[in-house]
Amino acid sequence: MGRYVIRRLLQMIPVFIGTTFLIFYMVYALGDPVNAMFAGKAVDPAVAAQIRHQLWLDRPLWEQYLHYMGNIFQGNFGTAYNGEEVTTLMGTAFPNTLKLTTVAFSIECVLGILLGVFSGLKRGRFVDTLVLILTLLVISIPVFVIGLVAQYFIAVKWHIVDPSVAYGSPWQDLILPGAVLASVSLAYVARLTRTSVAENVRADYVRTAVAKGLPRRRVVTNHLLRNSLIPVVTFLGTDLGALMGGALVTERIFNIQGVGYYLYQGILQQNSPTVVGFVTILVIVYLVANLLVDLLYAVLDPRIRYA
Amino acid sequence: MRGATRAKFVVGAVAVALVATACSSGSSSSSGSSGNGVVSALWGIPQNSLMPGNTNEINGSKVIENILTGLISYDPKTSAVIKENEDSITTTDQQHFTVKIKSGLKFSDGTPVTASSYVDAWNYAALSTNKQLNGSYFAIVQGYPAVAPATGNPTATTLSGLKVVDDTTFTVALTAKNSTWPQSLGFLGFDPLPTSFFKDPAAWAKNPIGNGPYKISSYTVNQEMDLVPNPEYTGSQTPENKGIDLKVYTDPTAAYADLQSNKLDVDDTIPTANLPNVQSDLNGRFINTPSGTTAYIGFPLYQADWSTAKAQQVRVGLSMAIDRATISNKIFNSTVTPATEFTNPVLGDAGGYKANLCGASCQYNPTKAKQMIEAAGGLPGGQMSIAYNSDGGNADWVNAVCNSINNTLGNNNACVGKPTTNFADLRNEITNKQLTSAFRTAWSMDWPLAVDFLQPLFYTNGAANDTHYSNANFDSLINQANSASSTTQANSLLQQAEAQLVTNMPAIPLWYENSTAGYSSNVSNVQMDGFKVPVYWAVKK
Repeated sequence: MGRYVIRRLLQMIPVFIGTTFLIFYMVYALGDPVNAMFAGKAVDPAVAAQIRHQLWLDRPLWEQYLHYMGNIFQGNFGTAYNGEEVTTLMGTAFPNTLKLTTVAFSIECVLGILLGVFSGLKRGRFVDTLVLILTLLVISIPVFVIGLVAQYFIAVKWHIVDPSVAYGSPWQDLILPGAVLASVSLAYVARLTRTSVAENVRADYVRTAVAKGLPRRRVVTNHLLRNSLIPVVTFLGTDLGALMGGALVTERIFNIQGVGYYLYQGILQQNSPTVVGFVTILVIVYLVANLLVDLLYAVLDPRIRYA
Repeated sequence: MRGATRAKFVVGAVAVALVATACSSGSSSSSGSSGNGVVSALWGIPQNSLMPGNTNEINGSKVIENILTGLISYDPKTSAVIKENEDSITTTDQQHFTVKIKSGLKFSDGTPVTASSYVDAWNYAALSTNKQLNGSYFAIVQGYPAVAPATGNPTATTLSGLKVVDDTTFTVALTAKNSTWPQSLGFLGFDPLPTSFFKDPAAWAKNPIGNGPYKISSYTVNQEMDLVPNPEYTGSQTPENKGIDLKVYTDPTAAYADLQSNKLDVDDTIPTANLPNVQSDLNGRFINTPSGTTAYIGFPLYQADWSTAKAQQVRVGLSMAIDRATISNKIFNSTVTPATEFTNPVLGDAGGYKANLCGASCQYNPTKAKQMIEAAGGLPGGQMSIAYNSDGGNADWVNAVCNSINNTLGNNNACVGKPTTNFADLRNEITNKQLTSAFRTAWSMDWPLAVDFLQPLFYTNGAANDTHYSNANFDSLINQANSASSTTQANSLLQQAEAQLVTNMPAIPLWYENSTAGYSSNVSNVQMDGFKVPVYWAVKK
């Protein structure tokens, strides 16, 4: 187990270097950002040259990348064009996104698995059909439509909540955006759980447990659900990263200053320190979440062993 | 059925929690923003550091224009010049100016506004190693090549053309005659700076101190800036409210939702998708007035096939092939005003604007347009494209312009849009002369004078002469206007220069972009100035 984790952690190093370089290269490939900084006004060659020199844009790509990585290992993530430290931006953005992700993830896990188990056990009945139809509906509507419609009715029309989240993202403001963000994943989780439960409910071990006279609750939670969760956990693990990076749309609709917002600003202004810095953190989140998922397999299914 | 009851309970609990928390949040935040005379306004994160020499976009301008006041300001309605810090500006030759500022003026930290506040600020902005984006505005002052040489390091740190005479007087020597220079000084890049700025510019930019109608009371980076009236301010823009809270919004849609719920007072970026319903959404609390930005289609006159005499006839024909009025209505929901000349109506008569100066050449006339283009041998190479940046919402109108041209010529392939990834790409292609056909371009005025459109855009080697147009008669008329001794005389010469443009049509004027804004029912007297910035000091709450 320990050796497995160490091996996985070591594998992260080339992935980390590869992704940062690719992202660095992609931002670089967008072209020279300096002329656009003058907003269509006269570009003073003297000033432009000074800015290019400051941003290392007058060096070859590999030198820029080495310089950037060297700084990262000293804890210096660079600055945005307005002089804000990227680490400061991360300090504001990640807590907000993390809170939103936590809310969305909880809603998705609790409601998704509950609905899934429920409809899986009642396969073919009315409840099952209802869940299938509702989840299909949610999956087929783009998330920004759900967000805008929810915002318009719940906030603007009925005044139940504020349309935009207050600064610092208080938890109670995040329930609506969290539900919107969770909606599509929730539908997937419900469907995955349903299929898995419906399949396993006829498995030998479940029949044995029932025959032994165990209480229904214990059969469902300990035997049926635990074994049915493996595909769901796989999905949830990758979804954690997707929620953090993909919250862009939801964050913009509800005015949450999270990762997506700064990433978007960074791309618009072609500010590589912002883009690469934020994506690097997201990559790490992805890698760690994947490792956790793999370790969870062993917990859920005793037949899986890691060496 | 035990599972069923539990599931019901959870759903019920979540619903109760939603409603309960929602109610509490709704009441707590609405009490903060209404009834205390403080106006909340939409803001975004400034793209550059908050310094007058480095501010060239709307979010930075919203701060700098409120916390700093220069020698003059412009009336938001008429663009007329109003003296602020200026006592007098005199010249005998339109090239050497003596500037006297009022005595007794103070910054909000109590330090005096002196001649050095101006000269030091201008020297700081001009020095290339300070990397100020507005540095080139000082290129007309003597000594600029020494502080900002095109290559290598500066050989001087101050402009030789700026001299402090005494506490309230300084002199300016320009490289050429420029009769309208005193009227350009309302541009934010010419604002003064206090001594605290020069001790540590980066620290000042994080908590700016100025001499404007407002001062900053609190600033949470990337979130909110609260402005309160500056007690030391004695100028013409006395605040009618108790303060402005500039709030960062991640997206216009979120701001618009807040505006509809009266949680936001002034919103100057109405989402395009909401424009058709904006009047009914806001019960008419919507402003749609011309601003000092004019959009053009430029041509690469540095390419052989676009520089011929026949190509000139084609360009005039193309201008007549564009149905500006219909595009303005259908594509822009009337948030642009069709152009009838090369400058902008915001300038007013005093600024040199003359409606319909372009005459028939800017009127939609498909029959005549087709005749002219065909008589000149058709489009160069039989086809044209219009380059645009796809990150700025330009695709719709570029395609509409091309449709208009194609319908006129009866050829579906005559004109196509040619997108670039982003604005930087388009600017790079324009700057590096890589374009082979037409391109979109727009110019926002820095000060409300016709010369601020004509000279940078069309003077030989002008600072923003993207078309590389060069005409001896045009240049000579601009020179004469710059050395004219009266504004009337200067304007008449500028209008003659503009007539030369109508003949040559190096770029087709399309329309004037409007300022659009909505406001809540808690405020009144909301207006927009010619620079697309809301006139915050005049808002009543």
